[in-house]
This record gives sequence, structure tokens and C-alpha cells, in this order.
Amino acid sequence: MLDINDLLNKLEAELKRVIVERGLVDPLMIGIRTGGVWVAEQLHQRLGIQDDLALLDISFYRDDFSQIGVNPNVKPSQLPQDIKGRDIILIDDVFYTGRTIRAALNEIFDYGRPNQVVLAVLIERDGKQIPLCPDCVGTSIKLNAGQRIKLTGPSPLSIHLQTLDAVA
Amino acid sequence: MSQIHIKQGQIIDPANNINRIGDVYIADGKVVSVTHEPAGFKPTTVIDATNKIICPGFIDLSTRLREPGQSRKATFKSEAIAAASAGVTTMCLQPDTNPVIDTPAVAELIKELAEKAHYPQIYPIAALTRKLEGTELSSMLSLKQAGCIAVGNAQQSVKNLLILRRAMEYAASHDLLVMFRPNDYWLGNNGCAHEGAVATRYGLPSIPEEAETIALAQCLELVELTGCRMHFGQLSCKRSVIKIYQAKKYGLNVSADVAIHQLHLTENDMIPFDSSYHVLPPFRTEEDKQYLREGLASGTLNSICSDHQPHDIDAKLGAFPETEPGVSALETLLPLMLKLVEQGAISLQQGIAALSENPARVLHLNSGALTLGYAADVCVFDPELTWQVNAENWKSQGINTPFWGQEFKGRVTHTLQAGKIIYSLE
Amino acid sequence: MTENIQLNSEGKLKHFLSIEGLNKTLLTEVLDIAESFIGMNDQQIKKVPLLRGKTIVNLFFENSTRTRTTFELAAKRLSADVLSMSIATSSTSKGESLLDTIRNLEAMFVDMFVVRHAISGAAHFIAQHTAPHISVINAGDGQHAHPTQAMLDMFTIRQVKQDFSNLRVAIIGDILHSRVARSQIQALNILGAAEVRVIAPKTLLPSHVESLGVNVSHDLTSGLKDIDVIIMLRLQKERMTSALLPSESEYFKCFGLTEAKLKIAKPDAIVMHPGPINRGVEIDSKVADGPQSVILKQVSNGIAIRMAIMAMAMQKQGAAG
Repeated sequence: MLDINDLLNKLEAELKRVIVERGLVDPLMIGIRTGGVWVAEQLHQRLGIQDDLALLDISFYRDDFSQIGVNPNVKPSQLPQDIKGRDIILIDDVFYTGRTIRAALNEIFDYGRPNQVVLAVLIERDGKQIPLCPDCVGTSIKLNAGQRIKLTGPSPLSIHLQTLDAVA
Repeated sequence: MSQIHIKQGQIIDPANNINRIGDVYIADGKVVSVTHEPAGFKPTTVIDATNKIICPGFIDLSTRLREPGQSRKATFKSEAIAAASAGVTTMCLQPDTNPVIDTPAVAELIKELAEKAHYPQIYPIAALTRKLEGTELSSMLSLKQAGCIAVGNAQQSVKNLLILRRAMEYAASHDLLVMFRPNDYWLGNNGCAHEGAVATRYGLPSIPEEAETIALAQCLELVELTGCRMHFGQLSCKRSVIKIYQAKKYGLNVSADVAIHQLHLTENDMIPFDSSYHVLPPFRTEEDKQYLREGLASGTLNSICSDHQPHDIDAKLGAFPETEPGVSALETLLPLMLKLVEQGAISLQQGIAALSENPARVLHLNSGALTLGYAADVCVFDPELTWQVNAENWKSQGINTPFWGQEFKGRVTHTLQAGKIIYSLE
Repeated sequence: MTENIQLNSEGKLKHFLSIEGLNKTLLTEVLDIAESFIGMNDQQIKKVPLLRGKTIVNLFFENSTRTRTTFELAAKRLSADVLSMSIATSSTSKGESLLDTIRNLEAMFVDMFVVRHAISGAAHFIAQHTAPHISVINAGDGQHAHPTQAMLDMFTIRQVKQDFSNLRVAIIGDILHSRVARSQIQALNILGAAEVRVIAPKTLLPSHVESLGVNVSHDLTSGLKDIDVIIMLRLQKERMTSALLPSESEYFKCFGLTEAKLKIAKPDAIVMHPGPINRGVEIDSKVADGPQSVILKQVSNGIAIRMAIMAMAMQKQGAAG
């Protein structure tokens, strides 16, 4: 049973630990649309981050453009002018294959050279395809074949475990 | 000489008012009987025409065989085979060859090419003016003596009416028929489509119907003035049909033909930017098509021609306005005529007359009929046989036709020219 | 119907040749995607990697610096490699045939042609004869279509007016020779504009123009009543020499948009012009530079729209490259 508050508490604690461990100074928090933003909003408040929450839309950096095409509902990313030298906390809801994070990192680095990036996700699940991994997690789980995990929100924020129908 | 017996077909010979099952007997290259077997007749060939139609070979008032000068598009050899397979036994050759048919030498060359292609009945139409430029008269008498059957302007407008008047007077003085395509140069405006809703939608340079009707009206006045015999070729609009009707009623010595494809297609049938539909005059409206059909049925337009214009592939490859106009049309002539009959626009007799008796009359030829003593130009066709317009069946070197790939009903099985079998479907 | 060649077997955009043949959903999608690219103008980084590794060739058989540069910029902002070719054609010089030009470029592994040509149907022809993996965008063909311009005009209208269903749009000027006007009329009708009105002297209207789905007026004063959007078309000098109009000054008197005439339209009417503007011929400077003019917005929207169209045309369903 995945309780959203439990997960947020765990993630908050982990993040606090890592911020000290890695020596983050005046971090910039970036949430990945859409689920990551909802999680980031919670953490932004809990951690009392100074700067406004930045929002990242990775639609144009995805690696599957030739299969799925252009998403007509893209809102532009909202990042501050200067990324250079900043300590970044990157937040997403679910870490799965790792492709989203790869795209996010590509986009962030197009803006400038950060000092360091800490990756925090609410749920890490099995099925990784890219050699990346989160620095902080709310929980790590393993799903059965055909199962999917999804975050809905922004309020109420809740987690759903879905079983996909077998594809004909 | 061979003797040929065509057996038990439906003889349709409008000139002689024949429409019955019967036999046709041919000897010495001539029709010797359409009723009973002549005494001592020993046929070297018997053609079984059961369930087929026997009619006079078709006379095509407007064709282009592309020689001399444009053999990339077609040759006498290839097109003679196409004509023979289409039941066409006489062709009038438009003068816009290269060089233009404005000297007896070119007319002689054409005769030679026709002989070489084993298809002697190709009659050149001489150019009305030198080089078809519309400024100087051509040597019409010498051209007539060299075998030209008429004079014409091909597709070139004659911009100067005074020149046109003089040319018509001169032709009249030598009793030459003028075969004229009416098109005003300025109104025609280098267009490629009919000025109407379709050209507007696709931004195509367009030709109003007035380019034809106004030029036609001018010519009709000149016919009255000069006493010239004029035949108007490949008319395309309702108002042209009306003018011909009025002119004939008024007593002018005029006649007119329509290209077979204009009787079937309109601007709305054009597949956008498909160059197979690029023709001049352009496909016009449904109303124009109906008037053309009625004009044919009522006798105002008395002939149908193929307006055969074979092209090489490159000529049709390009943006629509840049492609060359024209359809390769000999082989669809018969099936498209039969389709008109099937659709009830004309009777079968009228259709056959429009392809034989009437063109012969226009040209003053002793032809287009199974009259005893006439050269045996005969077409035998199976009206029920279906076939597809495709590479396997097509004989012309030009495959430029909007009917490519379509199935048709009606196919020539035998064609005889002057008593010689020049085609048989195996 | 040739229009279907614009869509691939899954109904997704493959070529962008004319507005005709595209439905409201697809046109709206173009506008929405352009919206997201507009946001990029404010970003530090104006590029996205969507078309990285793709090669786009601008084939301009007709000169046009402004359209060519917007297409170049659009392609570059999508991270594509761009090649611009200006091919002079004259009817007298028998240069390489259109087909040969295409084939030679295909042999260099290009992915998209953006074509501008003086002859109607050129883009269709290229789309029909080019290799199956290549997409073709029509940057204007003869008098037939200029669909990307029409889309940026629709985008501009939507930015200001939001809803098409209440709009009365007047297109004023040389409709006869205008590929832009034809595409705009089609787009407005598909997007559901309340009324499209063309205002021009008879010599500048094509035959059967009503069949395009417009009302016709020969008088600017009465024609501008109740209009929400005014689109001015450029008047070319050749129209005087080919006896379509007597003079520029007479044209301006009858059909030129002045401040006084503008007042006849709705008070919040917007003024548009695909450019380049002939000041004092079809439009008064005060109006072109005035508060109701959105002409400069049109220009800046041009890049985002072309990015959207190129991105949509390059997306392919499934594995077929």
C-alpha cells in the first residue's frame, strides 16, 4: 500500500540528508511536468526553498519523437536566466526507464552548466534502460508484468497502481 | 488481289442506310457486295463477324503522329499500329509538325512516311499561313496538289483578322476546306484550364470560354464574307454549339467536330494537378458537356474526332501549367463512342456516322461508307468485349490519357484498309 | 483526391501543400503546437533538438528573402541542418528539369523540401514524385496556395480574437493573383469563421470566386461594415501594366485602407497584411503603424508556425524512418 504522505515524508528526510551531505548551497528546485511538478510543489514548501520553483517540460527533448510525434499541449519550461554554477534539485514522480531524466538533463545543460544536480523521485520502480539513478527516493518497488504506477493531482495528490489490459 | 468475306455481322452503314445482319464481300480492295455472294467469289480470308458489328473504317479529322520533328513522342509506325487497332482507316494530320506542313516537300515527306508505315491513308492538313505564324499565306495550291486535303491553323490563333480573311478567300478560290480551331490569342491568355470554379480554386491560369466563342463568331462572319468552306475543330462550349446551329440555319457552309474526350469529361472530373487532364481546349462545365452531346445528337456537330496527341513521358511530368496539353486518344475513340451510346446520348448509328460518313462528307472523300465500288475501309468490332487500358493492350507510343487503367467495353477485332487487313485481334 | 497525399496512412501530416484537404482538428493542432514554440522566443535557448540530424532543403524557384529566412530560422531552431537554394528559372533557359533537381538533392539524403515556385501545382508535383520518406512543405506555388502564411495569419487572429465562430473577416485587394488569399479563405472556412468577405474591383477577382465560400463586395466603404479582421493584400506593379487597374492612386482612393475607412469596421477590428507593405497604395502608414495593426505580430509568429508545421510533417508513425 503506497501512502502519499509516507512517501513525501521519507523523500523529504532523504533530501534533507543529501543536501547536507553534498553541500548544496541555495539550491534551485526544478520539477518535471507534470507529476514531478506536483511532487516538487510539496517539497518546495516543506524544505522552505528560497527561489521560486522552476518548471521543466521535456517534450521537445524526448527521444521518441519519430514514434509519437509532437505533443500539442506543451507549455514552455520556466527556468531562471542563470543556471551556471547553481546547485540543482531535480524532482520527478516516477523513475522508470531513465529516459525522462536523460532528456531533462539535456535540457538543463542547454541552459547552462550547473554546479551539481541531485535527483529526487517519489517512486523508483524496476525497468531501468539508461544508466542513471536517483539520489533520493520515497520508495523503491518492483511491479508485475502489465502493472503501471501513476500519480494523479495536484489535489488531492494520490498514487494509483494500474494493471494494463493485455494488448490484442 | 485477295478476296475477303466478312460473315454474318451486324452491318451498320449510315451513309447507305443499312442496319441489319449480313455479309460484306470485298475484292480488289473494294466493297463488291453487302447483300449476296458475288458469282465466282473465292475468299482467301473469311472473317467471322457473328455478334460483331461491321461498319465503315473510322475517319479521324484531327490527329498528330509527331513526325516529322518530334519522333521522341511518337512515330508514324507506332501510331499507324495504334490507329489500325482502333479501327481508324483514315487520318488527317494536323500541320504543326516540325517543320510545319507549309511546303510541298513536307507533304511529300509525309506521304513517304505513311507508305513506310504501311498506312497510306494519312492526309496532311496544310498550314493556313507560312510556319503557322499568321502573317503570310502558305502556298495552298501547291500543297493541295502535293496531297493536302485541307488547310488549317492547328492550335495557333490567327491574331490578325485581315490576314485570316485573305487566307480564307485564297483557300476558297482553290476550293480548299479550311479546318479551323477558333481561339482568341489575347483572351486565351496562355491559360491551361477553363476559367471557372476549379481553376480559381487551384490558381490555374485560365481560359474563358469567350476565347473560343468570340473567335468562332468572327470566323463565321468571315465565312459569310469570303464564301469559304470552313470546318471548326474540337469545339468545347455550349455557346459554340449554339453559334454553329444558328450559322447552319442561316445557310452558311460550315461544319464542326468535337473531340471524344470533351463529351465525357468536365472540369470537375479533373484530378487536381494531374497532367493527364491538361488539354486544349480545356475541359469545361457540365452544361457545356451536355450541349456538346445534344449538338452531336441533333446533328449540329456532325463529327467526332480523337484529337490524338501522343506525348513522351517528360512532356507530362511537371507542375500542371508547365506540362504539354493533349491526350493519346486513338485507342479509346471507339469505346468512348460506345459509352455515349450506352448512356443514351446518341444512337449507335449516329455514333458510327460521326466517325465515318460525316467526316467523309466534310472532306469530300468517297469514303466512310460501305458503298459498292468504294475502297474497302472496314472496321469490325465486338461491342461486348471488355478490355483494360494498360501497357499490355496499348499500342500508341504515348500513354498520356486520363483513362489509363480504366476498363472499357467495345474492342476492334479486325480493321481493313483498302481491302487489306491491317489489324486483327488475336 | 490529391489532397490526401498530405496525410500518411495513419492520417498524420506528411506534406503541407494546401489548406484544402486538412480538417479543423489538424489545423487546430498546428496552432496549438505553434503556441508552445512561441513560448520559446522568451527563453534563453531558442532551440530544441526535435529535428536534430535531419536535413531540410529550402528550394526557392521564386525569390523571397523574407519567407526563405523565416523557414531557415524555423529549421535551425528545431536543430535541423538547413540548405537554402535559390534556383533562377526563366522560360527561355532550359535548365535542369524540376524532377532532375529533386532527384539530385534526394541523392544527398535530405529529409524535407520547402518549395516555393512560380507555377501552381509545383509543390504537389514534387510531393508526388519525391522519395517516400521525404516531406514537402509548400512555401507558395504560383497562384494556388501559401498554406504556412495562412496558418500564421490564423494564429495571429486566434491570439487576439480567440474564437473564430464570431468573426467576420474581410480580405481586400488582388484576390485573383493571391495564393495567400486562397489559403486564408480555406483556413477561415474550415476553422468556422462566421463570414469571409472579399473586397476588390472586378478585375482583381477570380471567376466564380463565391464558390470558394466568400461574399463579394466591390466597395470598401460598405464592405467594411461589421468587420472584425481586415486582411490587406499587396498590390503588385504589374497589375497596372496589364490593364487590370488604371493607377495606384485610383486604387488607393477606392480600396486603400486609411484611418477614416478603418473606422467603418468594428472599433476593435485588427489590421493584417502578409507583407511586404506598399505604403500609400493599399494601406496608409498611419494604419500600418497604428494601434489596430498586428502586422509585426504576424512576422514574429511566422517562425513558430513554420516550426510547428515542419515538426508535424517530420513525425512518422511506426518504424518507417
